[in-house]
Formats: sequence, structure tokens, C-alpha cells
Amino acid sequence: MEKQYVIGVLVSNISGVLSRVSGMFTRRGFNIDSLTVGETENAGVSRITVAFHGDEDIKERILTQLEKLHDVREVEVLDKHETVVRELLLLKVRNTAETRQDIMAAVEIFRSKIVDYSTTALVCELTGETSKIDAFIDLMKTYGIMEMCRTGIVAIERGENCLKTAVK
Amino acid sequence: MKISGAKIVVETLIEQGCDTLFGYPGGQVINLFDELYLNRDRIRHILTAHEQGAAHAADGYARATGRVGVVIATSGPGATNLVTGIATAYLDSVPMVAITGNVPCSLIGRDSFQEVDIVGVSMPVTKHNFIVKNIAELADTIREAFRIAKSGRPGPVLIDIPKDVQTALCEFTPCPEPVEAVPMKLASEHRLDKAAEMIAQAERPYIYFGGGVISGDASAEIIALAEKIDAPMGCSLMGLSAVPSDHPKFLGMQGMHGHYAASVAEDEADLVIALGARFSDRATGKKERFAKNFSIIHIDIDGAELNKNIPAQLTIRGDIKDAVRRLTERTAAKTHPDWNKRIAELRAEEAARTEHSHQAVREKDCDACAAPCDKTGIPAEQRLNHFTIVDAVSAAAPADAVIVTDVGQHQMWAAQRYPLKAPRTFLTSGGLGTMGYGLGAAIGANTATGKRAILFTGDGSFGMNLTELATAVTEQTDVTVIIMNNGVLGMVRQWQTLFFDKHYSNTTLNRKTDFVKVAEGFGAKAARAANLAELQAALDAANAQHGPFVIDCIMDCDEFVLPMLPPGGSIDDIITEIK
Repeated sequence: MEKQYVIGVLVSNISGVLSRVSGMFTRRGFNIDSLTVGETENAGVSRITVAFHGDEDIKERILTQLEKLHDVREVEVLDKHETVVRELLLLKVRNTAETRQDIMAAVEIFRSKIVDYSTTALVCELTGETSKIDAFIDLMKTYGIMEMCRTGIVAIERGENCLKTAVK
Repeated sequence: MKISGAKIVVETLIEQGCDTLFGYPGGQVINLFDELYLNRDRIRHILTAHEQGAAHAADGYARATGRVGVVIATSGPGATNLVTGIATAYLDSVPMVAITGNVPCSLIGRDSFQEVDIVGVSMPVTKHNFIVKNIAELADTIREAFRIAKSGRPGPVLIDIPKDVQTALCEFTPCPEPVEAVPMKLASEHRLDKAAEMIAQAERPYIYFGGGVISGDASAEIIALAEKIDAPMGCSLMGLSAVPSDHPKFLGMQGMHGHYAASVAEDEADLVIALGARFSDRATGKKERFAKNFSIIHIDIDGAELNKNIPAQLTIRGDIKDAVRRLTERTAAKTHPDWNKRIAELRAEEAARTEHSHQAVREKDCDACAAPCDKTGIPAEQRLNHFTIVDAVSAAAPADAVIVTDVGQHQMWAAQRYPLKAPRTFLTSGGLGTMGYGLGAAIGANTATGKRAILFTGDGSFGMNLTELATAVTEQTDVTVIIMNNGVLGMVRQWQTLFFDKHYSNTTLNRKTDFVKVAEGFGAKAARAANLAELQAALDAANAQHGPFVIDCIMDCDEFVLPMLPPGGSIDDIITEIK
């Protein structure tokens, strides 16, 4: 059965590693929904979060192929129920006298923030799960989205569980 | 004392046990070649005619010995010329280290002369690759490359070294020993127990093995298993030579052009024990039909191969030698008289079909065809065809010869019929199917082992990289080249005959190339054989001398590789005869 998986990948923090990871997906015909990468508490290690759709078989193939990459230290599927998942959205919407109040109300309800204000445009910042971000974007379409960017998913397990930083 | 990066490379290669490497010089590796010159009594460099030939030679060296093959090339075109050779090694899991020079770090990314991002280019066809921009990391990177190349499932590793890193100076601490491979993962007790249970319940077990048995040095172990559980064995193209061809339990290669008995026996089995094989599409045919009748136990060192192409009822990840030995220990001896009876029937059926095809080929007269052959006046038993050629070559070959092939019909004919005796004596490009692989690989194999290499090639494949005859002449490589010259690209022609209404689009070579003169032009000995007596005389002449010997065997353009499972087809569609 197809569903979305989110995996956490710890990789050596060296140049080219993102190409190796994303290249594996391209080369073997796996589609990526989102991919984010950033530093970790350990300067030698970066953390990549990949979201993709697939069935159990595709998930297993992705995990085993990632594990084979020399620079990959740890790969784990993050259980959605035990994981905090977030995305960050920056969205620029048209600011007019007629729409301003409605936008402000939506921003309030979604616990978004206005981080830049001009007489013709507003920049909203929103953090949340993908569904919340999608809903906010849908709503803002009414008011005229000028441009937007979203980070893609970052995810971390709740409680004590951590992705180990075992060195291969 | 500080030494140059170039010297560090050469010292580290020697330290890692590299006695011979293959390559071609150029502007960005001139410092490395200077060090090779200074150390020429400690490490041998074989200059090839083209970097691709050097890569295939390193591959042949590695396949024939199990050691890491090393190749060196300059930046840009030198590096890109290696790519086909590296990809060939990657698809067949051959341990190799490729070293390329690159422009100085300050010029990287500026499209400098002969600059190419070879790390980017080779990423999908290497097990791993490196660019070394800091000389302090150079020696350890080379050591790590050797470790990666030979650990677990072997494969090629590329190291790109910018010129300024080769000329910089750094302290060097030698390692007393070559790096060791990372210890293999071992199969779990629990899963081996489960495997033993499945084997105990099976009535028609069948062992299917691949190249992993050769790289995992597990020939004796799988033979012991087959004998104990009374199971017939078949293999993929890559598995050939792991088991002697005449072993009573061995049915030969299976798959698209596999032995009839092997392919049918597998389909009739109730349990397939797959060892060090990856169920390539050429070995299985149509996936949905393939494992309709049997369960699978799949054992491999590479966890990513398990359930990748064909799902298995039981997967076991681990070192193949250890896993099969432990599996055999915990499995009770069994006999399967009915199964053996069926296997004997299949063998008899296959023998009759083979004899029938041989008869048909022998008696077939020339029609107006593209081949340079003319059988008129040659008695049937003297005519050259794929049966008589392979048989005559094997009869004349030294017992320890290393057999090498190019890619095409000749490759399949050799794979089907040549009697192999020991592991690592059949070198062929299985996964990538690289036409032009053979001559370089034969040079590498002979260099590594000192044993005569016998190359089966075709007029198409040989034409691709015959320039390596220059290398073979210079190095006095003992290689006998058997050109199965039918004037066409036979394998594609076969498909065109069967599936494209005989539209022989661009497969009729119609060339006027005289391979005997070409070989002689390179300084090699050569002979043309139009009948069996001439072939036998040429083979004797080849054995009696040192250096390359090219035999241009003239044959019919319409001989077929049979049996054949059509592409995308299955055992149900097996073609055993073409009228």
C-alpha cells in the first residue's frame, strides 16, 4: 500500500554527500516529496530528512540502498505517531486595504507571524506540519500569493529515542 | 621527512600490495608517472593504447586473482575514457581502484583545459569515490579506497587527485601491512535454521548461484551443499567457473541463453536456493512468471540485493562461504531419486536438442549472406561453426588457460559450451555487457597470472578496442584471440531475425577489414582459419609461441544462440529451434 514515509539519515558532513544521497534516488527511480539537510550537534555529521511516497517494498529498497552509501552512517524510518514533524513557510501575499483585515485574522488563527510589512505586500512566517502549511497556502491563494518558499520536512523522534551516530 | 603527493601515491600503492598497474600518462598525472619511473623496479606500469583498455586490464587482473586492480589516467578525456571500464567493474562487482589526475585546486570549476568533474561523472558507477584536496588526507584516502574496493561486495573506487596535491609536500608514515577488508557480516543462526527446515521439506531443491560465489571463494562450500542435499545446480553468467563444468550436479548457466536443462529444472523445482546471485532480468526473464512454482532462499552479502528484483520467502544476509558452510552443517543428508530421474531426462532432452542443432548448423549451406564465409567445397565435419570452434579451442588450450570473452553471440556460445575447470578462469562482462571488454581484460588476466589468456571475440566486439593489440605486442602478452568472424553483429541480427522481420538495420558490417593484416600491422602473429584443420594448426602455432596470436575464424552469419528466452518472456516461451 502506498503511503508517505519520513526517514532520518545521518551522513558524514563532507562535500558531495547530498549529491550521493539525492543521486541514489534519481538513479533508481525513487521519487522524493521533500528533502532537507542541515548541521547537527556533531560538526562531523549532517542530518538529512527525506519524505517520499511508496509501498513497503520501495521503502525497504530505499533504506538498504542508502545504507550502502559510504558516507551514510545511520538511516531510520521515523514513525509518524512518535515523531515531531515540522515545516517552515515564508509566504508573500498581496497587501490591500480590502484584504488586510482578513489576512491578519487568518495569520492569527494559524499562529503565523507577519515578519515583513509594506503597503503592498506582507510576508508571513508559519511553522507546522505539512497539512497545516498546505491549508494556510490554500487560504492565502484567495488574497494573491506573490511568492513563497517552504523548507520541506524536518523531523525528530519524541522522547528518549535518537538516531544513533555510530561510525561505520 | 616530507615527500611529494605523487610519491605518497606510489608508496601507498606499493604498501597496499599493488605490483602492477595499468594506465596512460597525461598533463595532470605527469608527476605520478615521474614517481612510477623512479620506482619502476618496485611497481610495474603497463602502458595501454587507450584508457578504456587500461580500465578493462585492471578489471581482468582483479577478476583473475581476486586482488584489487589499479588503473591510472589523466584528467578530462583520460578520466572519462575510464568510465565504461569502471561501470563494467561496478556492474560485475570487481574490486578496482582508479586514480585520476585533475587540474590544480585553484583551477577547478573554471572549465580549465582537460578539466572534468570525474567524481560527479563516476558517482553512479563507483562503490564510492573521492577527490583529495588536502595532501594530509592523501595516504589514508588511498588506503580507505582499497578497503572499500575489497570489503563485502567488492567494487570500483575512484580517487581524483588535483595536480597541486601531487606536487605538495607532506610527512608520510608508511603502514606495515595492506589494509584489511571490513569483516563480513555473518548469517544469523535463526535464519540458517529456518533455511535448513525449508531444505528438509523440499522435494525438488535447486541451487542457483552467481558471481558472489567466486568473489566469496565459496566453490567448495556450494558443491558440498549440493552433494549433501542432492540438489542440481545452475548458475548465472557471472557464476560460471565457480563449479567445474563437468561436475555431475551442475547443469550449466540458466537464463536467456542458458542451458535448457538448467532453466527447466529451476522452473520445476519446489525450492530455489540462490547463492551470491542477484536475479538479473537476463537470468530470470519475465519477473511475474519467474518464481511461480518455487519458494526462494536468497543468501547474499549485499543486503540491498535481497528482495530487490525477486522477492524471496527467506532472505539471509551474510558472507556466502560461512553461510553455506554453516547451512550444510545443519542440514541432514538427503536423496531425491525422482527429482534426479527428472533431471536425467532433461539432460538427455538437452543433449538431443544440442546434437540436433549441431547437425543443422553443420549441414547448413551458405545462402547469399553477409558473411565472408564460403563453405562450398568444405566437407561438413571440417566446417567452422560455434560448436566446432569452441570444441577445437578447448581441446588445444592449456589446462590452466584463462578464458575471456567480449560481448555478443560468441560470448554466449563460449559460456554455454566451454568446459571450465577452476574459479576465476572465465572473465566476461555480464552486467554491463561491454563490447570491447575482452582484449584489455585478457591482457590484465595474463599479466596477473602468467597463464595464457584465450579471448573469444567477434568481428564487432574486436573492432571496438583492437588497438590494445599494441599493448599485447609490447608486453608479449600470451593471449590467443579467437575472432568468430561472421561479418555481422550477430546477437542483434538474431533479434532482428526473430522479432524485427529480418530488417537487418545496421548489423551487416560488410567491412573489408583484414584482421590478419591488422594484427600483423600491430606486430602480432595471426592466421586465418576457414576450416577446422586450419583452426587446429593455428591454435598449435599460437600455443608454441609467446605473445598475442590472432585467429580469424570465418563462419556463417546465421548461426543462432539457442536456446533463447525472448526478451520479456519466460520459460514458457523458450525457443529451442529456428527454422
